[in-house]
Amino acid sequence: MSEFLRAYLTVAVFAGAAGLLVALMLGAGWLIRPSRPTAQKSIAYESGVDPVGPGFGQSQVRYYIFALLFVLFDVEAVFIFPWALRLESYGLFGLVEMGIFIVILALGLVYAWRKGVLRWV
Amino acid sequence: MILAVELAYWQLLVIKVLAVMVIVPTATAVIVQTFLFKMMAHMQSRLGPMEAGPHGALQLLADGAKFVQKELLAPERADRRVFFLAPVVVLLSTFLLFVVIPAGPNVVAEDLDIGIFFALAVSSISVLGILMAGWASANKYALMGGLRAAGQLIAYELPLVLAVVGVVIQSGELSLQGIVRAQAEGAIFGVGLIGQPFIFTQFIGFALFLVATQAELTQPPFDMPIAESELVAGYQVEYSGLQFLFFYLGEFGAAFAFSALAATMFLGGWYVPGLDVDGGLISNLVGPAVLFVKTMLVAFLIFWIRFTYPRLREDQLQTFAWKFLIPLALVNILATGVFKVLF
Repeated sequence: MSEFLRAYLTVAVFAGAAGLLVALMLGAGWLIRPSRPTAQKSIAYESGVDPVGPGFGQSQVRYYIFALLFVLFDVEAVFIFPWALRLESYGLFGLVEMGIFIVILALGLVYAWRKGVLRWV
Repeated sequence: MILAVELAYWQLLVIKVLAVMVIVPTATAVIVQTFLFKMMAHMQSRLGPMEAGPHGALQLLADGAKFVQKELLAPERADRRVFFLAPVVVLLSTFLLFVVIPAGPNVVAEDLDIGIFFALAVSSISVLGILMAGWASANKYALMGGLRAAGQLIAYELPLVLAVVGVVIQSGELSLQGIVRAQAEGAIFGVGLIGQPFIFTQFIGFALFLVATQAELTQPPFDMPIAESELVAGYQVEYSGLQFLFFYLGEFGAAFAFSALAATMFLGGWYVPGLDVDGGLISNLVGPAVLFVKTMLVAFLIFWIRFTYPRLREDQLQTFAWKFLIPLALVNILATGVFKVLF
């Protein structure tokens, strides 16, 4: 197996280990914790008032536009990392290129700002 | 390797896994005991826990024993599978953060080539766990808390990621071990006495990283998602016993991991002048202690902010991220790039 794949095998093993840790703790707890379910205990806690409606209530997601902007900027971050890594060898050319890229993105942010979508509604 | 005997890959792997399995709960315990119990109490003119052990040092053992004994409850309408998985996802995200943090030339679980990028990627998995918890609880408070957490985490994910770019430009490395080496071998105005910890050149990046970390950990002053006085505890409200403990482990384990990341990127990591940066037994033994001290310094800053400032309102919180932190981060990237190329 190549070094590269082996490194990610380690990561996978660690993910498995996290699951194992959870299983161990829950298993140890299962030996000593009580289980006496009652109807009262399983009512959702909403400050002591009996819950109204089905629980999976509808709620207004107020940051729809923010989420869209987030996707844009997160993709930008993915582009910026390889550039940042190799900037020394790109030199001035890379700097100017990325300067233009970032300025265009920043213009997008300014546009959103002027449009008033960065206001919490 | 530092050991005289050469170990096979899987033998080494078992040792690493066991070590991290011990380190994650221990680090969490150290953070909670030192800062949440004692420092917070003394800052507020209280004593904090005093009964269990000397100066309350064993309080967490008592708390842990209490959590293990509690009955696990799920609301009757909850989506049980997702409800069960949510804390596991949060814990998984924290656990994976510890894989790439180096504590010595050879003391690292796996020094991935894209170390810091990997750390940022796995740290954002916890958002999924929080949203899962909020939705699956079938509780209005939990849903509101989960949605607020998601909104806050996407807003502060960007300053967090962009703050790191400055460090990457300066060091030309994504691997955390490489970043430590770049700082150890650097020089300030030609004087290489203490290397070049990036906090001097990337101070804005450091400040951005700390603020964004604060928000990613949903700590005060960014604790709208778990605001006790209005949402009870947000997405955590329906969890009891061990499952609640998993959220706690995830949150404060991540506080430790983020502090260690900040210490590695901005304070020189496990390196102090005098250590051999390329290997050697002494570096491997002293390195972890150095990293621990630096991590606690950063954690002190984070918790100091936590205990000092009042909670931000949701709109102030979003405005702060989008209209101040993100533009500042972009300017920081461009400025770092200009300095790197022209000087």
